[in-house]
Amino acid sequence: MSDTIIGAVREPRRHDSGHKHVSGQAVYIDDLPEPVGLLHVYLGISTEAHARVTRIDLDPVRAAEGVALVLAAADIPGENDISPTHRHDEPVFATDLVEYAGQPIFAVAARTRDLARRAARLAIVEYEPLEPVLSVEAAKKTGKMVTEPLVLSRGDAAAALQQADRRLSGRMEIGGQDHFYLEGQIAMALPGEDDEVTVISSTQHPTEIQRMVAHVLGAPANAVTVEVRRMGGAFGGKETQGNLFAVVAAMVAKKTGRAAKARPDRDDDMIITGKRHDFLVDYDVGFDDDGRIDAVEMTFAARCGWSSDLSGPVTDRSLFHADNCYFYPNVRLTSEPLKTNTVSNTAFRGFGGPQGMLGGERLIEEIAFATGKDPLEIRKRNLYGGGDRSLTPYHQPVEDNIALEIIEQLEESSGYWRRREEIGAYNRESRVLKRGIALTPVKFGISFTATQYNQAGALVHVYTDGSIHLNHGGTEMGQGLYTKVAQVVAEEFQVDIDRVKITSTTTGKVPNTSATAASSGSDMNGMAAQAAARAIKERLIDFAAENWGVPREQILFLPGRVRVGNQEVAFSELTLKAYNARVQLSSTGFYKTPKIHWDRDTGRGRPFYYFAYGAACTEATVDVLSGEYRFDRVDILHDVGNSLNPALDMGQIEGGFVQGMGWLTMEELWWDEKGALRTHAPSTYKIPACGDRPRVFNVEILQNGQNREDTIYRSKAVGEPPLMLGISALHAISDAVASVADHRICPRLDPPATPERVLMTVERLRAASREGAS
Amino acid sequence: MTITVNMTVNGKDVSAEVEPRTLLVQLLRENLGLTGTHVGCDTSQCGACVVHVDGESVKSCTLLAAQCDGGQVTTIEGLADGDTLHPMQEAFREHHGLQCGFCTPGMVMSAIDLVNRNGAPSETEIREWLEGNICRCTGYHNIVKAIDAGAKSMGG
Ligand code: FES
Ligand code: FES
Repeated sequence: MSDTIIGAVREPRRHDSGHKHVSGQAVYIDDLPEPVGLLHVYLGISTEAHARVTRIDLDPVRAAEGVALVLAAADIPGENDISPTHRHDEPVFATDLVEYAGQPIFAVAARTRDLARRAARLAIVEYEPLEPVLSVEAAKKTGKMVTEPLVLSRGDAAAALQQADRRLSGRMEIGGQDHFYLEGQIAMALPGEDDEVTVISSTQHPTEIQRMVAHVLGAPANAVTVEVRRMGGAFGGKETQGNLFAVVAAMVAKKTGRAAKARPDRDDDMIITGKRHDFLVDYDVGFDDDGRIDAVEMTFAARCGWSSDLSGPVTDRSLFHADNCYFYPNVRLTSEPLKTNTVSNTAFRGFGGPQGMLGGERLIEEIAFATGKDPLEIRKRNLYGGGDRSLTPYHQPVEDNIALEIIEQLEESSGYWRRREEIGAYNRESRVLKRGIALTPVKFGISFTATQYNQAGALVHVYTDGSIHLNHGGTEMGQGLYTKVAQVVAEEFQVDIDRVKITSTTTGKVPNTSATAASSGSDMNGMAAQAAARAIKERLIDFAAENWGVPREQILFLPGRVRVGNQEVAFSELTLKAYNARVQLSSTGFYKTPKIHWDRDTGRGRPFYYFAYGAACTEATVDVLSGEYRFDRVDILHDVGNSLNPALDMGQIEGGFVQGMGWLTMEELWWDEKGALRTHAPSTYKIPACGDRPRVFNVEILQNGQNREDTIYRSKAVGEPPLMLGISALHAISDAVASVADHRICPRLDPPATPERVLMTVERLRAASREGAS
Repeated sequence: MTITVNMTVNGKDVSAEVEPRTLLVQLLRENLGLTGTHVGCDTSQCGACVVHVDGESVKSCTLLAAQCDGGQVTTIEGLADGDTLHPMQEAFREHHGLQCGFCTPGMVMSAIDLVNRNGAPSETEIREWLEGNICRCTGYHNIVKAIDAGAKSMGG
């Protein structure tokens, strides 16, 4: 008998579908066999950013070859609304007003995808244009918001700013980001009996899809089943953005009695669906001559787009992370979720947190230049400490702070100070190439800030042969959640992981689930699955104790077997015996995150169960004649608590860093003056390619990490936090650029730091330093 | 109007009646059910649809099926020998060269073509070769590692 199981927790286990992915056997929705008669659905969208619709003539669409059905607002059986926050501000199809270029007006279902796309172009839509509000700046002037702003405050920031030894203010622009999941949005709907429909959807949030489909069909939730086995990437872009495609496919299926599939092409996907919010941050900071912060006032204005979607919680989270790892003795933070005539921005890995953190790191950079000190020194000086330096702007104390420990370890292992010297010497000699380095930390709060979402369910069946069926509410988007949760169940029962069958997420097995988001997937679903497994284990122990007449304490689950007193029985033998004795071998499990509460009106509470930490040190070389740059070396130290699966966690850290680096450097979204997105394909929207990744990339997981809180095996969430390690890439470029003005002027390099912007900043700094010298 | 195209796909002779504008990727996915070849961008930029035609990697979303008439096509499904994965497939699995897996088939097909041309590619050569294959999940770290290992086991 072996002494360990295969696939225990902490094992660097490969992704459960790895062998299927490399052999082309892993099935995505577009790979499923199409039922006979399946209809392909395509959307007809607005060409105007803001206009009254004066005429819609869909007869030419109806008359086109192969068309079976055309749907517009009037054809919706239930409500024409898919607002995830129930504000009724997001119609499925526009009626008399369009509010962004790309807004759906109708859908057409045809025999082939090609015919549906061609037919969609035949619609006659006439508009009476209205003035579009496109930028954050323009929106600030209108003052129109999509949802209520939030204020976080502690102490008297205004008074403290007045009294501060030194004070400076500025503005920072932060660009958005397209998710660019490789598998685009897609849904396939299969009509059932009566009011029933099954929707297979590429979604992070099956329960939401279920709710929306029911709402739009005017059916109860129990008529709708939503299923997803895997997504080809999501990153937040499939938390609410799948709703549209799912409801349209479901309506076509119910109206025609035929299966229906909706899959936009990449360009339409980018034009129609929401992205990371771009922000305009106004800051005012007071500090002393040592660079210690006294007071901070910041406003985070966001381009939310035409509807609220998740902009409320996203802009809230920008405030929650505006402190990053730093204590602000007096602080006032305000959000402005602004309405614009652009695509409705949505969740994206970090959920507003990264933008908040960028604001906080800008303050550090400003103070460093103002005091002539190294930014790392300023960072360390302002970290949360014990006692009266532990309270966040939302009045939750930071109790698990390990920022200093991580920074110091990384400072050492990356050779920060030595390299700082070398870089200084290099830059004095080199005229065209300038190097820069930056070490930035991350502290990220884990939990949904809306307390009710912090619950999860699971379902575990044990069959008489000892094989196990596992289901939970979390979804798999490549992060390896299914693998981690299966490891938990294997560990509980002490069986090899291949005895645990991982099954598609479906609303029919585990109901009322939350989105797989906020990095909470394994924290919550792991706990729920553990609870289910433990319930069955308890029954097995009761049975064994009675059957063999031994005390419960003498029953132990060992690898592949169970010790009962002095004898050992195979796990499968125990399960069969238990079945014969009429023991229930199936259980649900439930988990709700403890300790958290949040009162938005007072801006006080404990929104986060715990914090995850990390730090990255990036070195960049910038060509100051062209603005081009490369990343020479990146060192990362990241905290995942006591890792459930170090291999999967490393993947999240590496991938998160590169995605964050891409956002802040090369990924630029560009709308023209009429509000049309002009970067809607990879030809114009550049995400990092293999050649862009850092030349040297040293990634370490913090050794002996432990979550102070009682999370699943004391691990920590890892989905979002590493994205913010990418902030070091922006600051490294900024540091290199600053050398052209002898580090006397803060470059105020706003992301995305495209080569064009870098060059403009170099020129601005050179001009300013000439002026200063003359 | 339809035309008949004949080709060898994963060692089997196939013949299909298709419209002249049918793309190779459509023929593979829709007519032959070989859905391991993915479509990520439809416009020849992401590399998710890479297959081999006459031994060389091509983006199957840019090629008409008719252009491959009489050709030898290999897709991700044609690499393994029964239950034994091709060394490059095994390397991607072993070195965690994937997360969501959507880019993986195209990556593997591209990587094999690289190694067929250059048995021992350097890290720089791997980076440059992969310019046409996008991955949004992994940050490429493990993909490069996997290709390096795959090249070694293909050689030996
Ligand atoms: S689908 Fe062919 S390159 Fe993207
Ligand atoms: S693994 Fe998801 S795109 Fe590469």
